[in-house]
Amino acid sequence: MHELGVVFHIMDSLEKVAAENEVEGISKVVLELGEVSTVIESYLQNCWKWAAKKRELFSEAELVVEILPAVTYCEGCEKTYSTVEHGKICPYCHSPDTWLLQGSEFNIKEIEVY
Amino acid sequence: MKEVRILEIKQSVYADNDKQAQALRQELKEKGVFLLNLMSSPGSGKTTTLMKTIEALKDKLQIGVMEADIDSDVDAKTISESGAKVIQLHTGGMCHLDAEMTRQGLDGLQTEGIELAILENVGNLVCPAEFDTGASKNAMILSVPEGDDKPLKYPLMFSICDVVLINKIDVLPYFDFDMEKCKEYIHMRNPRAKIIPVCARTGEGIQEWAGWLEEEVRKWREA
Repeated sequence: MHELGVVFHIMDSLEKVAAENEVEGISKVVLELGEVSTVIESYLQNCWKWAAKKRELFSEAELVVEILPAVTYCEGCEKTYSTVEHGKICPYCHSPDTWLLQGSEFNIKEIEVY
Repeated sequence: MKEVRILEIKQSVYADNDKQAQALRQELKEKGVFLLNLMSSPGSGKTTTLMKTIEALKDKLQIGVMEADIDSDVDAKTISESGAKVIQLHTGGMCHLDAEMTRQGLDGLQTEGIELAILENVGNLVCPAEFDTGASKNAMILSVPEGDDKPLKYPLMFSICDVVLINKIDVLPYFDFDMEKCKEYIHMRNPRAKIIPVCARTGEGIQEWAGWLEEEVRKWREA
């Protein structure tokens, strides 16, 4: 829902990185996006295309999004399971004492620069 | 052919904002300004609740309000009738406020002499939860007509809030809203959340909420 906002945040951060590393342009940006983060990849791509045209550093930059699957850990039986499939309740022991191990991430992994 | 190299970043998209928020929190602590971030869906009764809150606390605390909206100044006009200092912020189409925008808002409000600053965030249950504003405490309002299942649908929002007000309890008889179930869902997401049922229109529960807020400001000052 706030894809445009996060695109601006990413570009602001990367402009700093570019200035510190004497970068002329960015050809690729790789992000890691958790399956249950609140960001939707297709919207993100659209917002990226729109914003990239307005900032010279990103005019050639391709956006690559790597999806990290969501995994939940159960305190009750110490097993892990797919969050998207089963949600908050453990499918093995039906305990609600579970927490998200991975899947809410939203990281800038790396960039390809010239 | 241009020479291409890879720079490894490995940093959360929210890292910069988190840093700015932490710095702002520290600064506000030194100035003695308690910042409350108030969030909710559009139409849940943020502004009405705020009016009643100001009424209950204005003799005890100097209050300043920042009204954040995508457009218009209707909320700021309403709040100004309470006598509290108020400023309208426009987010320029953005669906949330981040720490830097909050800082700019506080500069505009001029916090000299303000003890309690309240940020009325953009009406939205998704984006404001992702961005730390630098607030000392986070509050949200869930209104009865929205339904008791919202904590299941917007888990992040409920997990970051210190207090949840369940507003519009005067219309409970007309909705299939299960109060106990709603509390259970909220505590599933956030066992530490304080839950206060209120009705901003009639004033029911407002004393408990205002009392909680006053106590939090006192504890924060002494910490």
